[in-house]
Amino acid sequence: MRSYLPDYDLVSPASLDEALALLAGDPGGYRPIAGGTDLMVVLNAGRLPVAKFLDLSRCGELRGIQETGTHLSLGALTTFTEVRDCRAVHQHFPNLVKSARLTGALAIQNRGTLGGNIVNASPAADTPPSLLAYGAEVELVSERGSRRVAYEAFHLGYKKMDLAPDELLHRIIVPKPSGRTFHFYRKVGTRQAQAISKICLAAFARIEHGVVAEFRVGLGSIAPVPARARNAEAVILGRPVESLPVQEAQRAFLADISPIDDIRSTAHYRGVVARNVLGQMLRELSAMNPQASSG
Amino acid sequence: MTTIELTMTVNGVSRTAVVHPMTRLLDVLREDLGLTGTKEGCGEGECGACSILMNGRVVNSCLIPAAQAQGATLVTVEGLSESERLSPLQDAFLAHNAAQCGFCTPGMLIAAQDLLNRCPCPDERQVKEGLAGNICRCTGYVKILDAVKTAGGSR
Repeated sequence: MRSYLPDYDLVSPASLDEALALLAGDPGGYRPIAGGTDLMVVLNAGRLPVAKFLDLSRCGELRGIQETGTHLSLGALTTFTEVRDCRAVHQHFPNLVKSARLTGALAIQNRGTLGGNIVNASPAADTPPSLLAYGAEVELVSERGSRRVAYEAFHLGYKKMDLAPDELLHRIIVPKPSGRTFHFYRKVGTRQAQAISKICLAAFARIEHGVVAEFRVGLGSIAPVPARARNAEAVILGRPVESLPVQEAQRAFLADISPIDDIRSTAHYRGVVARNVLGQMLRELSAMNPQASSG
Repeated sequence: MTTIELTMTVNGVSRTAVVHPMTRLLDVLREDLGLTGTKEGCGEGECGACSILMNGRVVNSCLIPAAQAQGATLVTVEGLSESERLSPLQDAFLAHNAAQCGFCTPGMLIAAQDLLNRCPCPDERQVKEGLAGNICRCTGYVKILDAVKTAGGSR
């Protein structure tokens, strides 16, 4: 059954200021829409609650990727194609390139946005695990001002976010890694193209003097929110690269995940495969030459 | 009912329609503009039957609210040929019998044209990635891949 369009409304503010003024005047009254690749699916299926849409596509302030000496700042409306095509993203954040390339297919990547991928808040989204692994922050904006939140603290529960009804996601800020680094991204789906993940794991590590000095693992589809694997991380952090306790980390990892049965997979399969992918990642990490000077 | 006057350049011609702002661009094309070459398959961005070029890039027209196409430049399958003359890509589809039931063909042609615009001589891997968002339920993929590679001059 289709949605009955006259129930819905849409306004297209010409700037971010105009959009924020609309939100301030009716907090919670609008549903922001960017590329539409999630919301239009639900609308077409007749399952989208009646809403006034706030079309963000003309808010140029939400576009563009800026690079500074220490960070990359991606506007919320940055498309997956723009992520794939950005030289600085390739140089510093290879996991982000991989996750953008594995999101839907080209037609989706040309329209879907990084900000939409975050605030749609699906635990199965492909870019959040990479953003978690890179220690990203999100900048939120409203008429009241602007604030930054660590991305790992942004998702509070299933589809619940630290985002006030008058706020919009403005930018995603990612610190550029330095020194000798390790990047890993693996999505397991039913097929190569268009799949929604059964499990997804992204990892980032920095190696200093042969020891794992920085280590973050982001997970998709195995918890109610995109989440860090803090227990597994704690086992690995500070250990010499050449002798990582892989099995100990895999045991600790069980406390990081809470997989469920759904239309795409089973809790059992997800748990086994996620543990195996963690093992694969740690073996790749331990195969790095600890003496090499750059990565 | 709220409506907007939507003006777009479609296959080189300025077209106008008065529609609800949340109308799917696919429905504007088929029902308001009479361009029924573009098909609806799944209605959820999975099958690619509704593919068109919007401002030069392939998109799923079933996932675009009409308001976001205001002022856009669109190419549908009707815009690939010049009057009665088929494009080289369409000729290659004919030569390779790349259409069986034909329902996926408009979307396949558009996705393939998008690929050839960006990458004039694609290899097999690039063709597969370029068409990854398009499903052929007759499973005639080999002939489609051959046609695109021929049009790109790589075989």
